[in-house]
Amino acid sequence: MLSKTEKELIVEIWERLTPVAEYIGSDALLRMFASYPGTRTLDINPGSAHLLSHGKKIVLAIAEGAKDISQLTVTLAPLQTLHAYKLRIDPTNFKLLSHCMLVTLACYLGDEFTPVAHAAMDKYLSAVAAVLAEKYR
Amino acid sequence: MVRWTDKERSTIRALWEQINIDEIGPEALRRVLIVYPWTERYFGTFGDIFTVTAILQNSKVAAHGKVVLKAVGQAVENMDNIKDTYATLSRLHYEKLHVDPDNFRLLADCITIAVACKLRSALDPQAQAVWQKFLSAVVDAMSSQYY
Repeated sequence: MLSKTEKELIVEIWERLTPVAEYIGSDALLRMFASYPGTRTLDINPGSAHLLSHGKKIVLAIAEGAKDISQLTVTLAPLQTLHAYKLRIDPTNFKLLSHCMLVTLACYLGDEFTPVAHAAMDKYLSAVAAVLAEKYR
Repeated sequence: MVRWTDKERSTIRALWEQINIDEIGPEALRRVLIVYPWTERYFGTFGDIFTVTAILQNSKVAAHGKVVLKAVGQAVENMDNIKDTYATLSRLHYEKLHVDPDNFRLLADCITIAVACKLRSALDPQAQAVWQKFLSAVVDAMSSQYY
Protein backbone atom coordinates (compact mmCIF):
# COMPACT_ATOMS: atom_id res chain seq x y z
CA MET A 1 0.00 0.00 0.00
CA LEU A 2 1.29 3.41 -0.95
CA SER A 3 0.40 6.41 1.16
CA LYS A 4 -0.73 9.69 -0.40
CA THR A 5 2.68 11.24 0.31
CA GLU A 6 4.44 8.27 -1.30
CA LYS A 7 2.25 8.52 -4.40
CA GLU A 8 3.02 12.22 -4.73
CA LEU A 9 6.73 11.54 -4.31
CA ILE A 10 6.64 8.87 -7.04
CA VAL A 11 4.83 11.18 -9.49
CA GLU A 12 7.29 13.97 -8.74
CA ILE A 13 10.34 11.76 -9.36
CA TRP A 14 9.03 10.34 -12.65
CA GLU A 15 7.96 13.75 -13.91
CA ARG A 16 11.47 14.93 -13.28
CA LEU A 17 12.95 11.94 -15.12
CA THR A 18 10.66 12.07 -18.17
CA PRO A 19 12.94 14.53 -20.07
CA VAL A 20 15.86 12.08 -19.62
CA ALA A 21 13.73 8.95 -20.14
CA GLU A 22 16.02 7.57 -22.84
CA TYR A 23 19.09 7.75 -20.60
CA ILE A 24 17.39 6.39 -17.47
CA GLY A 25 15.72 3.48 -19.25
CA SER A 26 18.74 2.43 -21.28
CA ASP A 27 21.02 2.70 -18.22
CA ALA A 28 18.70 0.38 -16.24
CA LEU A 29 18.63 -2.10 -19.14
CA LEU A 30 22.44 -2.02 -19.47
CA ARG A 31 22.75 -2.68 -15.75
CA MET A 32 20.40 -5.64 -16.03
CA PHE A 33 22.30 -7.12 -19.00
CA ALA A 34 25.64 -6.69 -17.19
CA SER A 35 24.54 -8.07 -13.82
CA TYR A 36 22.17 -10.80 -15.00
CA PRO A 37 23.62 -12.22 -18.23
CA GLY A 38 20.60 -14.54 -18.58
CA THR A 39 18.52 -11.51 -19.52
CA ARG A 40 20.65 -10.96 -22.66
CA THR A 41 18.36 -13.33 -24.57
CA LEU A 42 16.20 -10.23 -25.01
CA ASP A 43 16.86 -9.06 -28.53
CA ILE A 44 18.40 -5.71 -27.59
CA ASN A 45 22.08 -4.95 -28.17
CA PRO A 46 24.09 -2.61 -25.94
CA GLY A 47 24.80 0.65 -27.76
CA SER A 48 21.99 0.16 -30.28
CA ALA A 49 19.21 2.59 -31.13
CA HIS A 50 16.81 -0.14 -30.05
CA LEU A 51 18.26 -0.03 -26.53
CA LEU A 52 17.67 3.71 -26.30
CA SER A 53 14.16 3.57 -27.72
CA HIS A 54 13.13 0.63 -25.53
CA GLY A 55 14.63 2.31 -22.47
CA LYS A 56 12.60 5.41 -23.21
CA LYS A 57 9.39 3.40 -23.68
CA ILE A 58 9.90 1.69 -20.32
CA VAL A 59 10.39 4.96 -18.45
CA LEU A 60 7.44 6.67 -20.15
CA ALA A 61 5.17 3.71 -19.29
CA ILE A 62 6.34 3.73 -15.66
CA ALA A 63 5.82 7.51 -15.48
CA GLU A 64 2.36 7.25 -17.04
CA GLY A 65 1.34 4.48 -14.62
CA ALA A 66 2.49 6.58 -11.67
CA LYS A 67 -0.08 9.28 -12.42
CA ASP A 68 -2.91 7.07 -11.14
CA ILE A 69 -1.64 3.96 -9.42
CA SER A 70 -5.16 2.70 -8.66
CA GLN A 71 -5.62 2.32 -12.45
CA LEU A 72 -2.32 0.51 -13.06
CA THR A 73 -3.94 -2.62 -14.52
CA VAL A 74 -5.80 -0.43 -17.02
CA THR A 75 -2.84 1.77 -17.95
CA LEU A 76 -0.52 -1.19 -18.42
CA ALA A 77 -3.07 -3.55 -20.04
CA PRO A 78 -1.59 -3.31 -23.56
CA LEU A 79 1.88 -3.99 -22.18
CA GLN A 80 0.63 -6.97 -20.14
CA THR A 81 -0.64 -8.67 -23.30
CA LEU A 82 2.41 -7.70 -25.36
CA HIS A 83 4.94 -9.08 -22.87
CA ALA A 84 3.00 -12.22 -21.95
CA TYR A 85 1.63 -13.38 -25.31
CA LYS A 86 3.77 -11.81 -27.98
CA LEU A 87 7.23 -11.24 -26.53
CA ARG A 88 7.00 -14.05 -23.95
CA ILE A 89 9.41 -12.27 -21.62
CA ASP A 90 10.32 -14.34 -18.55
CA PRO A 91 8.42 -12.49 -15.79
CA THR A 92 11.44 -12.82 -13.46
CA ASN A 93 13.09 -10.20 -15.66
CA PHE A 94 10.65 -7.55 -14.42
CA LYS A 95 12.01 -7.99 -10.88
CA LEU A 96 15.61 -7.87 -12.05
CA LEU A 97 14.90 -4.73 -14.05
CA SER A 98 13.15 -3.16 -11.03
CA HIS A 99 16.27 -3.65 -8.94
CA CYS A 100 18.48 -2.19 -11.69
CA MET A 101 16.09 0.74 -12.10
CA LEU A 102 16.52 1.49 -8.37
CA VAL A 103 20.31 1.49 -8.80
CA THR A 104 19.97 3.80 -11.84
CA LEU A 105 17.82 6.19 -9.79
CA ALA A 106 20.30 6.07 -6.90
CA CYS A 107 23.21 6.92 -9.22
CA TYR A 108 21.24 9.66 -10.97
CA LEU A 109 19.61 11.29 -7.94
CA GLY A 110 22.42 10.67 -5.41
CA ASP A 111 21.50 11.70 -1.87
CA GLU A 112 18.11 12.89 -3.11
CA PHE A 113 17.19 9.22 -3.50
CA THR A 114 16.42 9.08 0.21
CA PRO A 115 15.41 5.92 2.12
CA VAL A 116 11.79 7.15 1.96
CA ALA A 117 11.96 7.65 -1.82
CA HIS A 118 13.67 4.25 -2.14
CA ALA A 119 10.89 2.53 -0.15
CA ALA A 120 8.12 4.23 -2.15
CA MET A 121 9.80 3.41 -5.48
CA ASP A 122 10.47 -0.21 -4.48
CA LYS A 123 6.78 -0.66 -3.68
CA TYR A 124 5.64 1.03 -6.88
CA LEU A 125 8.03 -0.93 -9.14
CA SER A 126 6.96 -4.20 -7.43
CA ALA A 127 3.37 -3.28 -8.28
CA VAL A 128 4.31 -2.61 -11.92
CA ALA A 129 6.20 -5.93 -12.10
CA ALA A 130 3.22 -7.77 -10.57
CA VAL A 131 0.76 -6.21 -13.02
CA LEU A 132 2.99 -7.07 -15.99
CA ALA A 133 3.26 -10.68 -14.79
CA GLU A 134 -0.49 -11.07 -14.26
CA LYS A 135 -1.56 -12.20 -17.73
CA TYR A 136 0.90 -15.07 -18.14
CA ARG A 137 -1.49 -17.83 -17.01
CA MET B 1 34.75 -21.41 -4.36
CA VAL B 2 34.08 -18.27 -6.33
CA ARG B 3 36.55 -17.52 -9.11
CA TRP B 4 37.68 -13.95 -9.68
CA THR B 5 39.42 -12.46 -12.67
CA ASP B 6 42.18 -9.88 -12.12
CA LYS B 7 39.83 -7.21 -13.47
CA GLU B 8 37.13 -8.19 -10.96
CA ARG B 9 39.61 -8.08 -8.10
CA SER B 10 40.83 -4.62 -9.07
CA THR B 11 37.24 -3.38 -9.55
CA ILE B 12 36.25 -4.53 -6.05
CA ARG B 13 39.39 -2.99 -4.55
CA ALA B 14 38.80 0.32 -6.36
CA LEU B 15 35.16 0.48 -5.24
CA TRP B 16 36.03 -0.46 -1.68
CA GLU B 17 38.60 2.34 -1.45
CA GLN B 18 35.83 4.84 -2.18
CA ILE B 19 33.42 3.40 0.40
CA ASN B 20 33.22 5.06 3.81
CA ILE B 21 32.19 2.29 6.25
CA ASP B 22 30.84 4.79 8.79
CA GLU B 23 28.57 6.32 6.18
CA ILE B 24 27.43 3.38 4.01
CA GLY B 25 26.97 0.91 6.90
CA PRO B 26 24.33 2.88 8.85
CA GLU B 27 22.68 4.03 5.60
CA ALA B 28 22.32 0.46 4.27
CA LEU B 29 20.83 -0.95 7.47
CA ARG B 30 18.45 2.01 7.77
CA ARG B 31 17.26 1.35 4.23
CA VAL B 32 16.61 -2.33 5.00
CA LEU B 33 14.43 -1.37 7.96
CA ILE B 34 12.57 1.36 6.04
CA VAL B 35 12.11 -0.46 2.72
CA TYR B 36 11.42 -3.92 4.24
CA PRO B 37 9.75 -3.11 7.59
CA TRP B 38 9.24 -6.78 8.52
CA THR B 39 13.00 -6.96 9.17
CA GLU B 40 12.34 -4.95 12.36
CA ARG B 41 11.55 -8.29 14.04
CA TYR B 42 15.27 -9.04 14.38
CA PHE B 43 16.10 -5.86 16.21
CA GLY B 44 13.88 -6.10 19.28
CA THR B 45 16.67 -4.91 21.57
CA PHE B 46 17.35 -1.78 19.53
CA GLY B 47 14.61 0.32 21.14
CA ASP B 48 12.39 2.55 19.00
CA ILE B 49 12.65 1.62 15.31
CA PHE B 50 8.97 2.02 14.52
CA THR B 51 9.02 5.16 12.38
CA VAL B 52 11.34 6.47 9.67
CA THR B 53 12.54 9.26 11.96
CA ALA B 54 13.22 6.82 14.80
CA ILE B 55 15.18 4.51 12.48
CA LEU B 56 17.25 7.40 11.12
CA GLN B 57 18.10 8.58 14.65
CA ASN B 58 18.64 5.18 16.31
CA SER B 59 22.28 4.87 17.40
CA LYS B 60 22.14 1.06 17.68
CA VAL B 61 21.01 0.79 14.05
CA ALA B 62 23.92 3.02 13.03
CA ALA B 63 26.38 1.00 15.11
CA HIS B 64 25.22 -2.36 13.76
CA GLY B 65 25.38 -0.95 10.22
CA LYS B 66 29.06 -0.17 10.79
CA VAL B 67 29.66 -3.70 12.12
CA VAL B 68 28.05 -5.14 8.97
CA LEU B 69 30.20 -3.05 6.62
CA LYS B 70 33.36 -3.92 8.56
CA ALA B 71 32.49 -7.58 7.96
CA VAL B 72 32.10 -6.82 4.25
CA GLY B 73 35.59 -5.32 4.45
CA GLN B 74 36.89 -8.66 5.79
CA ALA B 75 35.41 -10.33 2.72
CA VAL B 76 37.25 -7.80 0.52
CA GLU B 77 40.49 -8.79 2.28
CA ASN B 78 39.75 -12.52 1.90
CA MET B 79 38.10 -12.79 -1.50
CA ASP B 80 39.33 -16.35 -2.04
CA ASN B 81 38.10 -17.60 1.28
CA ILE B 82 34.89 -15.75 2.12
CA LYS B 83 33.09 -18.88 3.40
CA ASP B 84 35.68 -19.65 6.09
CA THR B 85 35.98 -15.96 6.96
CA TYR B 86 32.23 -15.87 7.62
CA ALA B 87 31.78 -19.29 9.27
CA THR B 88 31.42 -17.90 12.80
CA LEU B 89 29.16 -15.04 11.72
CA SER B 90 26.97 -17.40 9.73
CA ARG B 91 26.63 -19.76 12.70
CA LEU B 92 25.78 -16.83 15.00
CA HIS B 93 22.98 -15.67 12.69
CA TYR B 94 21.67 -19.21 12.29
CA GLU B 95 21.92 -20.68 15.79
CA LYS B 96 21.56 -17.68 18.04
CA LEU B 97 19.89 -14.86 16.14
CA HIS B 98 17.63 -17.06 13.93
CA VAL B 99 17.81 -14.67 10.99
CA ASP B 100 16.13 -15.94 7.82
CA PRO B 101 18.95 -15.91 5.24
CA ASP B 102 16.69 -14.25 2.61
CA ASN B 103 17.29 -11.08 4.59
CA PHE B 104 21.00 -11.12 3.74
CA ARG B 105 20.04 -10.61 0.09
CA LEU B 106 17.74 -7.71 1.01
CA LEU B 107 20.60 -6.15 2.95
CA ALA B 108 22.98 -6.71 0.03
CA ASP B 109 20.56 -4.89 -2.30
CA CYS B 110 20.36 -1.98 0.14
CA ILE B 111 24.16 -1.85 0.41
CA THR B 112 24.34 -1.61 -3.40
CA ILE B 113 21.79 1.21 -3.48
CA ALA B 114 23.48 3.09 -0.62
CA VAL B 115 26.80 2.76 -2.49
CA ALA B 116 25.12 3.94 -5.73
CA CYS B 117 23.79 7.08 -4.00
CA LYS B 118 27.34 7.99 -2.93
CA LEU B 119 29.54 6.81 -5.83
CA ARG B 120 27.04 7.68 -8.55
CA SER B 121 28.70 7.46 -11.99
CA ALA B 122 31.63 5.46 -10.54
CA LEU B 123 29.19 2.57 -10.07
CA ASP B 124 28.65 2.05 -13.81
CA PRO B 125 26.84 -1.06 -15.13
CA GLN B 126 30.06 -3.13 -15.32
CA ALA B 127 31.18 -2.12 -11.82
CA GLN B 128 27.69 -2.89 -10.48
CA ALA B 129 27.81 -6.37 -12.02
CA VAL B 130 31.14 -7.16 -10.34
CA TRP B 131 30.04 -5.61 -7.05
CA GLN B 132 26.86 -7.71 -7.03
CA LYS B 133 28.82 -10.86 -7.85
CA PHE B 134 30.96 -10.07 -4.82
CA LEU B 135 27.94 -9.42 -2.57
CA SER B 136 26.33 -12.68 -3.79
CA ALA B 137 29.44 -14.50 -2.58
CA VAL B 138 29.10 -12.69 0.76
CA VAL B 139 25.41 -13.63 1.03
CA ASP B 140 26.20 -17.28 0.18
CA ALA B 141 28.92 -17.33 2.83
CA MET B 142 26.55 -15.84 5.41
CA SER B 143 24.07 -18.61 4.58
CA SER B 144 26.66 -21.41 4.49
CA GLN B 145 26.23 -22.65 8.08
CA TYR B 146 22.44 -22.93 7.80
CA TYR B 147 21.01 -26.42 7.43
